[in-house]
Amino acid sequence: MQNDQLALAQTRGSVDPRVKRPLPAWVSTTALLLPTYGWLTLAVFLPLLTMLAFSFMSATPMGKTPVEFTLKQYRAFIDQPYLLRIGFNSLMMGFWTTLFCAILGFLAAVALVRATVGKTREALLVLILLPFWTNGLVRVFSWTMVLRENGFLDNLLHMVAPDAGSISILYTRYAVVLGLVHGYLPYMILTCYIALVTIDDAIIEAAASLGARWWTILYKILIPMAAPGLISGAVLIFIPVIGSFMEPRILGGRVGVTMGTVIEDQFTQAFNWPLGASLSFTLLAVVLAIFATFSGILRRGTAG
Amino acid sequence: MTNVKVKSVAKTYGPIPVLTDISTEFEEGSFTSLLGPSGSGKTTLLRIIAGFIKPDEGIIMIGNNDVTNVPVWGRNIGMMFQSYALFPHMTIAQNVAFGLERRGIKGEAARKEVDRALEMVRLSGFGDRTPKQLSGGQQQRVALARAIVIKPSVLLLDEPLSALDRRLRQEMQVELLRIQRESGLTTIFVTHDQEEALTLSDKVAILDRGRIVQIGEPETVYERPLTRFAAEFLGDSNFLSGKVENGAVRLSNGTVVRSDSALPGNGADVTLAIRPEKMSLATADSQPNRLSARITTVIYAGPVLSYILETPDGLPLKLFAQNRDGRVLREGETVSLSWSPEHTIAVAN
Ligand SMILES: Nc1ncnc2c1ncn2[C@@H]1O[C@H](COP(=O)(O)OP(=O)(O)OP(=O)(O)O)[C@@H](O)[C@H]1O
Ligand SMILES: [Mg+2]
Repeated sequence: MQNDQLALAQTRGSVDPRVKRPLPAWVSTTALLLPTYGWLTLAVFLPLLTMLAFSFMSATPMGKTPVEFTLKQYRAFIDQPYLLRIGFNSLMMGFWTTLFCAILGFLAAVALVRATVGKTREALLVLILLPFWTNGLVRVFSWTMVLRENGFLDNLLHMVAPDAGSISILYTRYAVVLGLVHGYLPYMILTCYIALVTIDDAIIEAAASLGARWWTILYKILIPMAAPGLISGAVLIFIPVIGSFMEPRILGGRVGVTMGTVIEDQFTQAFNWPLGASLSFTLLAVVLAIFATFSGILRRGTAG
Repeated sequence: MTNVKVKSVAKTYGPIPVLTDISTEFEEGSFTSLLGPSGSGKTTLLRIIAGFIKPDEGIIMIGNNDVTNVPVWGRNIGMMFQSYALFPHMTIAQNVAFGLERRGIKGEAARKEVDRALEMVRLSGFGDRTPKQLSGGQQQRVALARAIVIKPSVLLLDEPLSALDRRLRQEMQVELLRIQRESGLTTIFVTHDQEEALTLSDKVAILDRGRIVQIGEPETVYERPLTRFAAEFLGDSNFLSGKVENGAVRLSNGTVVRSDSALPGNGADVTLAIRPEKMSLATADSQPNRLSARITTVIYAGPVLSYILETPDGLPLKLFAQNRDGRVLREGETVSLSWSPEHTIAVAN
């Protein structure tokens, strides 16, 4: 009672005289953070921890074989050296896809920001994001229609040059990268767009008035200023691409064996979840190592 | 150092003419202000000279070169923006060196030029900072250094000081004028602020709805406005309208007013402009032009007293008087105003 009166006395003069003592700061902080951390726990940490647990088991815990704790799953790369080549191929696939996405996505974002105004810009943005909303499987299969022998691309070529051979690139790494670039490009366009729209027009005009032509403006102003967008786009693309399995399988055929497909096989075909889990974590470690090195180089580059 | 000529320039956006038949010359080494109300086309004219906008008609000459079809980067202009527009990812020195690099000046030579430019704007030793670490006034001075270091043919400024507070603004005006005088750059300066235009410029150009209604020295434009708009926009004016009668003007209330301006023939309608500070309270030896009016409002502003008055036939007038003898007239008093024919300017409507 006494406390209540004290609180009332303290809040006298505030708009609402019935206002109670404010909650302690930690209560509101916790309440505000709870959804975020709750979601992170549910969606990220729990599945990840389950998988981590799996990766130390000798067999999938749903079969009849007794399950033991073991580190042998992590020796896969030593026991089966062909995995190294597959891993390397996956990284290269990620590299090329990210590179093409970066070049195309950045230019598209520049065009979007600089060449249009107002409503048209938003309409174009929606069009660019459209492949994002189409079913991934449909998107990839439609590429097989285009790229296969006597597919759309071949027909188009034969209309121009009837005697030309087939230029089918289906079931090659090019086809895989093409399909991946198509699928992941919107990420890059979006992140670059967001970084580019914040650049004041006057900055570009100032550069032009000082004698800079468009390529100088691109290299000296736009790319450095939109670097955060490029980097976050690259991170957003590189990680899922090296783990992707749908595009390599459908568009790559025999050459489409990647870490993604190997891991998927462990879960769906071989029913060896522990191996799949351990390969996933190895891949994750490699990716994190790459980013750590990369960000170190970047930091030194900007500091110097 | 070169002059800039604008010949018959016109620009329309859709159905709206933004600039109509602009022809003028900005003399070598002169400081010209473009003054006009919002939407009168000041920025558009400046950006056409810079090369950001292509005029529908007309040509732009910088020196002896027709640059109408030369893109911005080839015009060798220095530009200053309201938002400073410094490159945030570069140091101050790199910002200033940007234009030099584009001209192939690098290394030691560039460093010397950058140092000299920073010294000119009194920012020596700030070269290693980033724009974020400077105040607004300092950033604008970096922008000025960046614009002048390339020795541009013309310096173009679009309200560069309007983001600064009053004191800083006045400081920057002095700096700008000093640097313009030292460098001798032909300068075109867009502003809303009449005082700024009058104090800084060799020439003032008054724009109204896409036309230059008058261009001349500040004193000429102020003392001899050509149009009612010019008289009203630059400073304050009292307007009297009447008909010409034997070389003088008869107002509708019958008063005859004399003017030294050239007047049209008998019977023509004319508008006369008289500056409020040119009128005074009539005494025995007063001027030939007189009107009596009742004081409706007194505005006491320290050194200057402003009176708002009304003639018996309802014409509003303003009078600015020096607060010399500390005598302030009361509201409701009727006084007699007088002024000289020399200060009675016939203006076009
Ligand atoms: N890109 C454009 N499209 C359509 N109309 C425009 C465009 N740019 C300017 N205008 C119009 O042209 C007219 C002149 O504009 P401008 O920016 O030159 O005026 P200003 O004198 O600089 O005005 P302020 O003092 O407000 O800066 C305005 O009516 C404006 O609406
Ligand atoms: Mg403007």
